[in-house]
Amino acid sequence: MCDMALTANTAATLTTKNSSSNLPKPYQPKTPLNFSFNNLPSKFLKFPPIRRSISCVMAPDIGSKSATEERDLGVLQRPDSFGRFGRFGGKYVPETLMYALSELETAFRNLSEDEDFQKELDGVLKDYVGRETPLYFAERLTEHYKLNNNGQGPEIYLKREDLNHTGAHKINNAVAQALLAKKLGKKRIIAETGAGQHGVATATVCARFGLQCIIYMGAQDMERQSLNVFRMRLLGAEVIPVHSGTATLKDATSEAIRDWVTNVETTHYILGSVAGPHPYPMMVRDFHAVIGKETRKQAMEKWGGKPDVLVACVGGGSNAMGLFHEFVEDKDVRLIGVEAAGFGIDSGKHAATLTKGEVGVLHGAMSYLLQDDDGQIIEPHSISAGLDYPGVGPEHSYLKDLGRAEYFSVTDEEALEAFKRLSRLEGIIPALGTSHALAILEKLCPTLPKGTKLVLNCSGRGDKDVQTAIKHLKM
Amino acid sequence: MAIAFKSTCFPQHKRFETQLFPCPSSSPRLVNISSKKSFTTMASLVTAQPTVGLSETFKILKQQNKVALIPYITAGDPDLSTTAEALKVLDSCGSDIIELGVPYSDPLADGPVIQAAATRALLQGTNYDAIINMLRDVVPQLSSPIALFTYYNPILKRGVEKFMSTIKDVGVHGLVVPDVPLEETEFLRKEALKYGIELVLLTTPTTPKDRMKAIVEASEGFVYLVSQVGVTGARADVGARVQELLGDIKEASGKPVAVGFGISKPEHVKQVAEWGADGVIVGSAIVKLLGEANSPEEGLKALEKFIKSLKSALL
Repeated sequence: MCDMALTANTAATLTTKNSSSNLPKPYQPKTPLNFSFNNLPSKFLKFPPIRRSISCVMAPDIGSKSATEERDLGVLQRPDSFGRFGRFGGKYVPETLMYALSELETAFRNLSEDEDFQKELDGVLKDYVGRETPLYFAERLTEHYKLNNNGQGPEIYLKREDLNHTGAHKINNAVAQALLAKKLGKKRIIAETGAGQHGVATATVCARFGLQCIIYMGAQDMERQSLNVFRMRLLGAEVIPVHSGTATLKDATSEAIRDWVTNVETTHYILGSVAGPHPYPMMVRDFHAVIGKETRKQAMEKWGGKPDVLVACVGGGSNAMGLFHEFVEDKDVRLIGVEAAGFGIDSGKHAATLTKGEVGVLHGAMSYLLQDDDGQIIEPHSISAGLDYPGVGPEHSYLKDLGRAEYFSVTDEEALEAFKRLSRLEGIIPALGTSHALAILEKLCPTLPKGTKLVLNCSGRGDKDVQTAIKHLKM
Repeated sequence: MAIAFKSTCFPQHKRFETQLFPCPSSSPRLVNISSKKSFTTMASLVTAQPTVGLSETFKILKQQNKVALIPYITAGDPDLSTTAEALKVLDSCGSDIIELGVPYSDPLADGPVIQAAATRALLQGTNYDAIINMLRDVVPQLSSPIALFTYYNPILKRGVEKFMSTIKDVGVHGLVVPDVPLEETEFLRKEALKYGIELVLLTTPTTPKDRMKAIVEASEGFVYLVSQVGVTGARADVGARVQELLGDIKEASGKPVAVGFGISKPEHVKQVAEWGADGVIVGSAIVKLLGEANSPEEGLKALEKFIKSLKSALL
């Protein structure tokens, strides 16, 4: 009931906002296109921090704000000064880490205004990472859906994050955090990894900047992603297998946090998703926001407008947040996140946190979680080691509760079909995570009218996943 | 009076030995049920003695110029009936406050020993309701107050208010939540206060002085000084900065301070007491004894011996 009330209010906000913002070109980025962090919460600090406000409480607030505040608020402060996205987020960590987190936040805020740092980061992103990445019109994929739907259906564009150095979006964040660690004077880097993409990205930037690198990886994931384990070792990283719990990403994350608690004075933790304690969800999002910023600019160049629909897969949710963030306040852009339904949403073997989870605290943040009746964390399952996480970034939980973003889930089987489909129709082998986003097109495309511009974040390449796919696809 | 009661170690030892572990580890869930009966019978035999809370305990000890011994064990490792007996052993062998860990699937602040204990306990089927039932039977037999050590998510899952009312109901006095730092405690504190649960906050070597003062101000029962930068677990030496940190806290407030994390030997206990701590917390070393024992009986015997050695370091 509360949610409904809120949706009604949000809708009202939406109408007024669109009518006023359509005149001054809404597709124009409010910020220059060079990489910057202008969406920091500092600009929102004029509003009193909303602590533990649940959606029911927020609803009347939205209605009573003045028009200017509404525009600034978008969907309220993200995050507020406590690192909260509504009731989600925060810093639920051992006291030992609190100082390091505030030190990190201060450094992040300072560097976001530091022109030299921005220049250095822009340079690395361009010449080393290979940005900007193309916004590619997937002609045959588009035709495929049109043929099946009497010529209806969207024009599908892929944001080619798979073309980044190391083959996924993960390096945007890794490279920026490595530079930040250097500024903090910390020479030892730790990270967790699931599929290995974040681990490879971190090992890569550590090699590039001469930093010691330790990667925690679930022993089970190491087996599933042995190629990436070798890549990390080749890059000079130490890969530590984690056997505790179920030996997957959640356990690797816990172990990385324990390492950080122990070595916090010398070590920087490059967290790989928009999860964890504040400031990570905000910082990682802002380091990936370049995806959405480029998309806006490229869409303008290609069709003189904005995308109508954005689609991305969600494990922790970093590639989705990177694409969505730029457009969260453009209420006419649909945001669609796709989770992993594993063996099926009712099978109990899935990673569909937003679809099936309940609110709780894991790895430092309040968010939706997969948990049992006792509040113990349930082991998720997905064919994609990158989506195999029982939590999700707090901002996604917030966008879901507000009704601003929609979240769906697809099964392992559907993802594998999409994996094959993109390979054959476009000559692009997508990551199994990305394949989840691609799989939702089956259901989504028939509902979209001709001419809809759909941008899907092609977040990673699938070469690393072929070992897994071989076991399932008969050819 | 409390002291007089405790001076005899193992007042009911004989009976434990005959009644203990009706069906060892083969079917842990049944153990809880069958042992429940024996708890109830024993409860009626023990002289009722009102147990005082954490801060009150420290006050009494201070008057006697004594330092509190605060052992930690994980509930359900190796099983809950052993935990029940271990609580009685700890109580009768000189503990002043007992910290009881609620096993959690993702214990971020814990080192390998307590992690492993939690995993074993959960594999045994230990859950919140079973722990509460065990406490309902055992707490009336103890003279030391119990502080629960639990991560936040299991509390949230119950609902903070319901959690507080339940643990109050079974006689728990204090609460330590290692993944809820000062900023996030507002709600917890409000509910804890309402139900008379003392919410203990932690301060660490990385905590800046101003922040430490705010933590000390907000902490109830006692101030938990984490001796090391790191997770729980035995260390060779007590953190070098403990003495200095103790001084800082004492300067900021008159609240009692107990030192924990890495304290594993009688020498450590002695050292920390000499530095002016009001209490010492020993966890992993005890958990290890119970976890590595060949049988629960052996574990309890080792526990008794170890607790006595720690206690004598404080005399």
